[in-house]
Amino acid sequence: MKTKSPVIWPLAGLGALVLLNAVFNPGFLHITLLDGHLYGVPVDILTQGSRTMLVALGMTLVIATAGVDLSVGSVVAIAGAVCAVLLQDGHGLATTLAAAIGAGLLAGLANGLLVARFGVQPIVATLILMVAGRGVAQLIVDGQVIIIKSAAFDYLANGFLLGLPFAPLLVVALYAVAHFTLRRTALGLFIEAVGDNETASRFAGLAAARIKAFAYVFCGACAGLAGVLAAANIRAADAYRAGENMELDAIFAVVVGGTALSGGRFSILGTAVGALLIQTLTTTMYNLGVPPAIAPVPKALLIIGVSLLQSEKVGRWLGGLGRKKEAT
Amino acid sequence: MNSLRRFASRNLPLLATAVIFAALFGTAAYFYDGFFSTRVFVGLLSDNAFLGIAAVGMTLVIFSGGIDLSVGAVIGFTSIFTATLIEQRHMAPGLAWILALAAGAGLGAGMGALIHFFRLPPFLITLAGMFLARGTGFWINTESVGINHDLYARISGYELALGPVVFPSNALILLAVMLAGYVVAHHTRFGRNLLAIGGNEQSALLMGLPIGPAKISVYAVNGFCAALAGIVATLYTGSGNPSMGIGLELDAIAVVVIGGTLLTGGRGHVLGTLLGVLIFGTIQAAILFDGRLSSFWMRIVVGGLLLVFILLQRFFLRKK
Repeated sequence: MKTKSPVIWPLAGLGALVLLNAVFNPGFLHITLLDGHLYGVPVDILTQGSRTMLVALGMTLVIATAGVDLSVGSVVAIAGAVCAVLLQDGHGLATTLAAAIGAGLLAGLANGLLVARFGVQPIVATLILMVAGRGVAQLIVDGQVIIIKSAAFDYLANGFLLGLPFAPLLVVALYAVAHFTLRRTALGLFIEAVGDNETASRFAGLAAARIKAFAYVFCGACAGLAGVLAAANIRAADAYRAGENMELDAIFAVVVGGTALSGGRFSILGTAVGALLIQTLTTTMYNLGVPPAIAPVPKALLIIGVSLLQSEKVGRWLGGLGRKKEAT
Repeated sequence: MNSLRRFASRNLPLLATAVIFAALFGTAAYFYDGFFSTRVFVGLLSDNAFLGIAAVGMTLVIFSGGIDLSVGAVIGFTSIFTATLIEQRHMAPGLAWILALAAGAGLGAGMGALIHFFRLPPFLITLAGMFLARGTGFWINTESVGINHDLYARISGYELALGPVVFPSNALILLAVMLAGYVVAHHTRFGRNLLAIGGNEQSALLMGLPIGPAKISVYAVNGFCAALAGIVATLYTGSGNPSMGIGLELDAIAVVVIGGTLLTGGRGHVLGTLLGVLIFGTIQAAILFDGRLSSFWMRIVVGGLLLVFILLQRFFLRKK
């Protein structure tokens, strides 16, 4: 009852958007098999959306603890920079991946410490890394854009496995692992309890601070891996632009997916659908010829609309929506 | 004596900030020749005029326990909006300014209304506002537009000499806005209401304070300040640019926090924000004077400073 209902709305939105696209652009749903690989707009959306999906997965847990992580964009830039520098120095793929994800873990740990141990508001704590992180990324690559020449690294974002693009497969696998880890063990319930009422969860015997810190560490690791994929996708580390505006896309995906910003409940599946919805929206706007610089405007309007729909007041006006929220 | 002690304890964060500024400025003056001069000091004000003006509005928002991430984008929007109106629509600068200020205040009021009436989180709504303002700015014009107008040349060329100290016009505007902000925040009912709301919104409501009007107007005032900052930015650079002020909201928040204002709201001082701007400017000027350090060190140092001050705030709060 908890996981089913929130997914319906983003799924309906996604369906409507795809339908709209298919009507105005008949080639939209066309998928071709070329050299044994799948190509087409939907495949493109999955590939390009895989990074947002990944960051949004981590963000889901953080928001479920009634927090938020604004630093994900900067962490993406840091991880990309780490990859570029290590590959340039001739290190292997395994070392590079470990270091990049490790950098994300460290960043998440710093956020988690500030929020869970020192009790700093999440927005503020993660703001520090959002400011400093991009500077750190630029420091790592010394202000340069480093080109990455590694076939194995390139495969991560642009490769195909059994005809299917590799990056979305990886992300879907991670979603499945996350879903089963969170829903088949008590961990998901713990996170929801901490997000709902931290004091009560502590009195109930939960290590609330540790659970909160875990969410930030997990989010940092997700952002780190997303940074790897982002760098592999453009075959370069761009410390200035990598992960730009990614925090909004991720928060958007989470909110649209039915996870309450006030914490206390989350939907992994909803986040996945939300992330696909925002990527489809982005692709649609590009297809319509909307310049990338203006693309944030409709996104901003949509996120205001969605958060209005989720607010209790509008819910009460609309009747049915509000009651559903109280039932969960 | 007793009142002096009370003054000291009440303004401890402000005093700490002043000491840190003096120490930073002193250290920089010790290491770099020619740093200790009135020209550098006035430069701290004039080079950071639009940051300071935006920070005054941000201080008031943070007083009320809110946050506004849209100020940088509003600066970018205002600068290209006024530049396009003046250069391509041949509008009188005064009229363009009034329209820009109204747009900024209107956007702020709209965001404040959403935050208040629908109880939506300020960071989410203002993040959306940021994207809205930035996108609209690029919609108006993707390229920077130079402004060639007599009035602009006259205003940006104006200087006020007070003895050996020469204040350029944007430093004067910053000081005027700071003064206005000080009076509004600490000597009006509106300012006290903001602090009361930030301290405890429930109590403020039970005391019968006008929470809704206060919250909506504080975002409107902040939008107005950001638009004014955008106008000052066009004066400073002689052009309008839609990408102006990217990331400035973070600097503004950093400056406010460094100035001793509590991020949870309810306590702080506008004059602390002025000191925060001076500290920010000192670090920037020192990095420039050094010449060996790249600009990205600025972000790292500001982030580090923000971290130190936030941890200090937690420490002071725990003790109480």
